[in-house]
Amino acid sequence: MESIIEVKNVSVKYITGDLRNIGFKEFVMKKLTRKYHVEEFYAVNDVSFTVEKGDMLGIIGTNGAGKSTLLKVVTQIMKPSKGSVKVNGKIAALLELASGFDGELNLKENAYLRGAMLGYTREFMDKKYPEILEFSELKEFEQRPFKQLSSGMKSRIAFAIASMLEPEILILDEVLSVGDGAFRKKSEEKMREIIKNGKATILVSHSLDQVRRMCNKVLWLDHGKQVAFGETAPLCDAYAEFLQTKKLPEFH
Amino acid sequence: MIKSIKRKVQQNRFLFEELVKRDFTKKYKRTVLGMLWSILGPLMTLGVMALVFKQFFGRNMEHYVIYVFCGNLLFSYFKEATNGGMTALQANAKIFSKVNVPKYMFVLSKSVSSTINFLINLCVLFIFCLFDKVAFTWKFIMLLYPICCLVIFNLGMGLILSALYMMFKDLKYLYDVFTMLLMYVSAIFYSIDTYAMNIQRLFYLNPIYVYIRYFRKIILEGTIPQFSFHLLAFGYAAAALVVGMVIYKKQNYKFLYYM
Repeated sequence: MESIIEVKNVSVKYITGDLRNIGFKEFVMKKLTRKYHVEEFYAVNDVSFTVEKGDMLGIIGTNGAGKSTLLKVVTQIMKPSKGSVKVNGKIAALLELASGFDGELNLKENAYLRGAMLGYTREFMDKKYPEILEFSELKEFEQRPFKQLSSGMKSRIAFAIASMLEPEILILDEVLSVGDGAFRKKSEEKMREIIKNGKATILVSHSLDQVRRMCNKVLWLDHGKQVAFGETAPLCDAYAEFLQTKKLPEFH
Repeated sequence: MIKSIKRKVQQNRFLFEELVKRDFTKKYKRTVLGMLWSILGPLMTLGVMALVFKQFFGRNMEHYVIYVFCGNLLFSYFKEATNGGMTALQANAKIFSKVNVPKYMFVLSKSVSSTINFLINLCVLFIFCLFDKVAFTWKFIMLLYPICCLVIFNLGMGLILSALYMMFKDLKYLYDVFTMLLMYVSAIFYSIDTYAMNIQRLFYLNPIYVYIRYFRKIILEGTIPQFSFHLLAFGYAAAALVVGMVIYKKQNYKFLYYM
């Protein structure tokens, strides 16, 4: 089998309480009163997994388990403190869709800016923009400043822009579908189409149901540590039990 | 390294253009008055300075308003560009935490809008020169040299400051104090002629003063500075840019940890 993503012993270390965290004034004060100390913590701690062609990997875990940080490492936005990541293919990530827009700009300007951020060309945007507008069903709001749009509308346009991507590897952070009733269905269909055309997908989700339905592999994280990596069904059962009992199972 | 940056910028041209466009839209808020304001602001400062200090420093000086204008123009550009550059990275943290883009792009795009603003005000300076009957000579072309140096210098400082600002959030207050002090030692509204020679030399430690002096030499004295002066002007700019680029090269992936 051809491995698409190979993550080996990856750790991401954050440092808190040092100079850049507390600022000059605090730093001087703490130094003088001898209260200065630095804390390290691992957002991701020694995680390894592989994704092969045709795989759909689900990442599960409670809040603060390190899922989003791990995705940042996989998309190479972030370099890990330790370990290595190998990615074989064009990667696209849909992380926290609705943020990162500019409230002062209107919908069209924001769409172009987002398109540029995702690495599209201007020609591509010129060609696809009508389609994006059509898909998001926001034509009447085209000239509105973004801050006047509802958050549902923002995620709709964000989804519409992002779904023009044709990635080989797709990374989804809780964004399988957005919006209300009808739009939800439409966006989920579109996402399935993209997933079908790609080589592999990673899905972060709090919906265990969704993970069970869609993923063939599961990675379970807890407080940055890898609890388990393997088949979907047994892991999902164990995770469901963990959510009830709050006790981490032992895997060997 | 400049070549590799150029290639990356070409690759990311679309993003770059959109960022510049965004900075402009936000700055001028789509109004003509917004555009006008960026000229009126410096002009009012100039008016007050000329009015207040003429009695103290400008009594024996020809073209005192132009003298102050040169100083004020370059200094405001420096202040605006570096202040904008400093926050450019932090302001776009949400973008680069999600997409892998070269991070100096944000500083670069910000510097474009402050540079254009500067060029507009430069035109106003020339109009003033016209009214004040300053002799225009071919030497005015040489103004391009300090302008280029200052653009590079500001860009370098913007890179350095933006990187530091990611790590030290209280840098902004310290920098405000620093620029205020720098303004007073940039001889914007006074002349340094009355100081002793060795003190006069100290002024050349201030890059902004060097660029201001160059401007005044060309515009008011009609002379081109010596070669060593050119070296100094270039040296400051190159030093700032190199330090800035090295920091970015080294810290590129570390910025994320400081958010």
